[in-house]
Amino acid sequence: MKTVEDLKRLREKLQTDNQIRHAAGTQIIVGMGTCGIAAGAREVLSAILDEIAKAKIQDVNVTQTGCIGMCEQEVLVDIVKAGGPRISYGKVTPDFIPKLISEHVVNDRIVEERVIGKITK
Amino acid sequence: MHELSLHVLDLVENSTGAGADKVTVLVEENAVQDVLRIRIEDNGRGMDPVLLARIRDPFVTTRTVRKVGLGIPLMDMTTRMCDGALQIESTPGEGTTVDAFWRLGHLDRPPLGDMAATLKTILVMNPEVHFRYRHTVGEKVFALDSAEIRTALGDLPLTQPEVLDWIDGYLKENLSILYGGN
Repeated sequence: MKTVEDLKRLREKLQTDNQIRHAAGTQIIVGMGTCGIAAGAREVLSAILDEIAKAKIQDVNVTQTGCIGMCEQEVLVDIVKAGGPRISYGKVTPDFIPKLISEHVVNDRIVEERVIGKITK
Repeated sequence: MHELSLHVLDLVENSTGAGADKVTVLVEENAVQDVLRIRIEDNGRGMDPVLLARIRDPFVTTRTVRKVGLGIPLMDMTTRMCDGALQIESTPGEGTTVDAFWRLGHLDRPPLGDMAATLKTILVMNPEVHFRYRHTVGEKVFALDSAEIRTALGDLPLTQPEVLDWIDGYLKENLSILYGGN
C-alpha cells in the first residue's frame, strides 16, 4: 500500500545517490490545448516521461503549451536542442515516442517523416 | 472527449492558463442520489460578467490563434445530455469555479476514464501549483494534496524516474480502492 511516507524514504535514498540536474539543455514541448488533449496528448506526454526515465536522459525539460492553431495536426510535439532550431512534429502518437527520443533527442537526427515545421532563431 | 478525466485535465489547464497557483478538484460519485459531480475551483484571474455570460459559446475564447474554444461547451453539452448542468462562477481577480453535474447512471454519461493519468499529468506539468484532489465514491474517500507530496520530496523533481513510478502506483492504487479494489 503506497503512502506519502514512501516518498520520504525514497528521497533519502536518492539524495545520497548522484545529484540529478534538470537544466534546460533540451526542451520538449507538448501541445495540451483542448484539441491536443482530445487527440491524445495525455498519453503522448506519459510516453515521453516514461521514455526519458527509461533511457535515463539528463538535461531535458518537458513543458506544455496551449493550442497554436494547427489543431488538425495534434498531437504536436516540439523539440529544441540547446542552441538549435525548434522542430515541430505533428500527429504524434505514443508509439512514435521511443523512436523520436532515441533519434532526435539522443542522436540529433531529425525524424523527417513527421516534421511539420521548423523555426530558426 | 470520450472520458471525463480529459475534461478535468482541460479545465485545470484553463485554470493554470489563467494564472492560478491554487487549484482544487472535487469528484463525487453518489449512487444513492444518482449524481456525479465534478467541481474545479481556482484562484486565477477570473472572468468578467460579460465573458462569463458567453463562455458556453464555442466561438468564445481567450485564444488569439483560433476563434474556437471547445473545452467548456463540450463539457456543458455532456451534462445537458445527462439531465445535468454546468454552473460557472467567477470573480475577476479572485478566481473561477466550474461545478458540473450529471446523472450518474445515465446511459450517455461518459466514463470518468483514466483519472490517474490525468492527475499524474497535472502534478508533473504544474509543479508550482498547489493542487488538491478529493474523490468520493459513496462513503469512500481519496484525498491528494500536492503540498504534502512536495514536502516529502524536498528538492527531488517529480520527473525523477522512481518518483514518477511511485506517483503512478500511488494514484492507481488509491483510486481503485474507491471502487472496492485492494
